[in-house]
Amino acid sequence: MADPARERLRFVQLVTVAGPPSSGKTSVLLKLAAVLGRQGRRLGVVKFDCLTGRDKDVFDAAGIPCAAGQSGALCPDHFFVCNASDAHAWGLSRGLDVLAVESAGLCNRCAPHVEGALAVCVVDNLSGIDTPAKIGPMLRLADVVAVTKGDVVSQAEREVFAFRVRRANPRATVLFVSGLTGQGAEALAHVVAGAPATPSLDGASLRFTMPAAVCSYCLGQRKIGTDHQMGNVRKMDFPREPA
Amino acid sequence: MTSTYPTFAAIWEALPPARDFFAAQGLPMPAPKAAPADYFAALSPDALAEVGTDAATLSARFADFLAALPRLRADAPRVASLTVRGGTGKDGRPEHLDLTLCPGDVAALVGPTGSGKSRFLADVEWLANGDTPTGRRVLLDGKTADAAGRLAASGRLVAQLSQNMHFVMDLTVREFLVAHAESRLLADAPAAAEAVEGLANELAGEPFGPDTALTALSGGQSRALMIADVARLCASPIVLVDEIENAGIDRRKAISLLTGSGKIVLMATHDPLLALTAGRRLVFAAGAVAAVIATSPEEHASLAALAQADAKLAALRDSLRRGGSLCFSQEK
Repeated sequence: MADPARERLRFVQLVTVAGPPSSGKTSVLLKLAAVLGRQGRRLGVVKFDCLTGRDKDVFDAAGIPCAAGQSGALCPDHFFVCNASDAHAWGLSRGLDVLAVESAGLCNRCAPHVEGALAVCVVDNLSGIDTPAKIGPMLRLADVVAVTKGDVVSQAEREVFAFRVRRANPRATVLFVSGLTGQGAEALAHVVAGAPATPSLDGASLRFTMPAAVCSYCLGQRKIGTDHQMGNVRKMDFPREPA
Repeated sequence: MTSTYPTFAAIWEALPPARDFFAAQGLPMPAPKAAPADYFAALSPDALAEVGTDAATLSARFADFLAALPRLRADAPRVASLTVRGGTGKDGRPEHLDLTLCPGDVAALVGPTGSGKSRFLADVEWLANGDTPTGRRVLLDGKTADAAGRLAASGRLVAQLSQNMHFVMDLTVREFLVAHAESRLLADAPAAAEAVEGLANELAGEPFGPDTALTALSGGQSRALMIADVARLCASPIVLVDEIENAGIDRRKAISLLTGSGKIVLMATHDPLLALTAGRRLVFAAGAVAAVIATSPEEHASLAALAQADAKLAALRDSLRRGGSLCFSQEK
């Protein structure tokens, strides 16, 4: 028994968890932690937020090790990637079996998913049937899509939603997880158990690129107009009124 | 994978959802006559920058996407029998249970809130194999499912119908049913939608049309539509019904519609009429099934009297709705 435990100290299983705001990422992680805990496996969370978040209190209250950071004025995706290695090191130092790196909704363009680490996307049934197609690489490049809030919509809508998720990302395992009752958390724990171990994030690759920078607005410019725009600027083609 | 198709036209024909790959990534839609390899090689640097990758990676991702598309067709497993073997209750006492249900069977789940009905359902849904807090084992057709089977069945095995579920989509009844039929990849989606509408209207006290907005349906209409839809369009072989309320639908007809569609029905209920409709009642206490009661001949005989009383109540409701009188006596 002692040996596998020591192995785990050096090889935490990293799981990236992403999804739109209020989709239920935190609730899903709480339920997942409970199932893993019953199996004698410890989950910890690094939470990347844009502005403020109260999620750390929720994890603390549940006895789940948690570190939280706010990106503030920085692009949240850049903030995430600049701190990803340190987050991983934190997980190792805490002797966690599973480290969930949870990022807030960000801008839906990017995804925190990393090659060689299990990628989970959390979406909810209330977000509309076009959401799976719109949500971008966060869902398209995920290994697991956890669909939440199924308890408030009809069975038919759950099925249509799940179908659209599968159509947007046919590779993914689609699971229904209830953040309220925990139904489905066992299935998620089962997938997490098979996640690869991540010895280090140094040199690992993101599954998707970050947005192109840098323009004057990145550097704090607030004025609008061509005279104030420099760097990576892209102009739209507006249709012209017929004469 | 892509090399097995000479052109995109051939791909669209074999795998229509393959188009979604381009739409979802914001890539220009390929010309039908183009060959996949040529398309990816010809992508502009701007288009590649937009999707954040190079042509070779993109081409490989498309091949993965095509390879995974058959998963869309993976329907719910067919179930000839569902067996639940007892585990232990919250107090650690053994649960004496060896229950087998077949398509068409109805079991009522009875017991107070917190007595373990939801956990029972979660065990069925996850095909528990002694690895949930109850230690129960769930067998399909007498066999334990392997890991791949459990994951594939997850979310597809049990359909749920409960009172706190609503339609939230901003679509008409017809549009929605067609979307549901399409998600099952049915050949004739409009015909399937029409059949469900007809059935739902038989159940509902007040009729509704195909152009009615889902969100405008009354409680009874929306419940009727959910039941008809689960009976006909939903692939899940097991249905959990959480107390069908009285809101103007024929509850027994609703159950027989589900069983007639070959579903195994698990029904959490406090309604004596519905409980007697079930062949067996599972009595929950302290997180375990404390008893399995088969409906006795005496109980079965009281079903007729109960149905009569229920019909009377339904008539009163109908009269109320139409502005009629509300005279009631036990005799007539």
